[in-house]
Amino acid sequence: MTDLLTILLFLQIALSVACLYRIIRGPTIPDRMVGIDIFGILVVGICAIISIQTEKSFILDIGIAWIILSFIGTLTLAKYLSGKKLNE
Amino acid sequence: MITIILICIGVLFNIFGCVGLIRLPDVYNRLQAATKCVTLGCCSILLGVVFHYGLSDAGFKALFAIPILFFSATVAAHALIRGAYHFGTKLGEKSVKDDYKEVVK
Amino acid sequence: MRYIAVFILALIFWLLITFRFTVPNLIAGSLAALICSAIFARYYFHNVYKFLQPHRYLWFCVYLFFFGWACIKANFDVAYRVLHPRMPIKPGIVRVKTTLRSEFAKTLLANSITMTPGTITVDVIGDDFYVHWIYVESEDPEVYTKMITGKFEKYIKRFAE
Repeated sequence: MTDLLTILLFLQIALSVACLYRIIRGPTIPDRMVGIDIFGILVVGICAIISIQTEKSFILDIGIAWIILSFIGTLTLAKYLSGKKLNE
Repeated sequence: MITIILICIGVLFNIFGCVGLIRLPDVYNRLQAATKCVTLGCCSILLGVVFHYGLSDAGFKALFAIPILFFSATVAAHALIRGAYHFGTKLGEKSVKDDYKEVVK
Repeated sequence: MRYIAVFILALIFWLLITFRFTVPNLIAGSLAALICSAIFARYYFHNVYKFLQPHRYLWFCVYLFFFGWACIKANFDVAYRVLHPRMPIKPGIVRVKTTLRSEFAKTLLANSITMTPGTITVDVIGDDFYVHWIYVESEDPEVYTKMITGKFEKYIKRFAE
């Protein structure tokens, strides 16, 4: 069971590397931002799998905090994309 | 056992989402494939965590992470696709219809 | 009235997150909930009495079941389009009219559209939803309005209007 979890964890990390490919190679700026958004969601899955593997529940707190921070970051980037000031 | 099955399904959905993120041709289609598959995949992984911990504090934390993840991911997708349109990204060359053009000057 | 509703919801959320029913934890939670409700409650819940009508919870459960099924279908749809060697996509942005009135119901409908097969909401202006569709199946407004919103609108109208 632990071996299978390790394999799944490495698969998930490989998927984050795929997102990094999109961030680096993206032809336009919105492409890179999509990559950042998806990367933020994938990290939550990594946190959940690590929390099962080590039997420590505080890692789930890190996951929830990461969701909210990545959400605020994406909203800020989207506001920048649509060309408005941040206080509008 | 059910934990392992749910996590396997979640990772499989995440793989579909990332293949879509790499293969599809323009921003809108990429965002569509990736946000759907990756959100449901991570929700499935968190559901596996809920079944693993049962009715304890960690179980409830994981259960509450699911709606937070759902709403934040969908609202972020709206904001991102709207920002991309206002930024001036064209729809891909396979597109057939654009009703939003008249509203945005 | 709406301050009390937000206070109770925030307190329940705090207690389930921390999961310890001791007196200091309860005092800290009610302080945090008080601050939250004092700042943010004016944006929520224009009609609190909807919480006290039990048939809304029943329709919410029906909607949740239906929505989960649509989510799973959406995933297999995306998997088919992504793994197919020629990628059968025909994207476009269509305008869809809705009959829902309240802001909360419109937000919920937009989120549902985002998670269902092949569609994502771009913008909401008044009653019009602008929806990006990965495979535009018909050109007739009546047909695609029924295909995109018709399934969810009738459930959302029952519990959120």
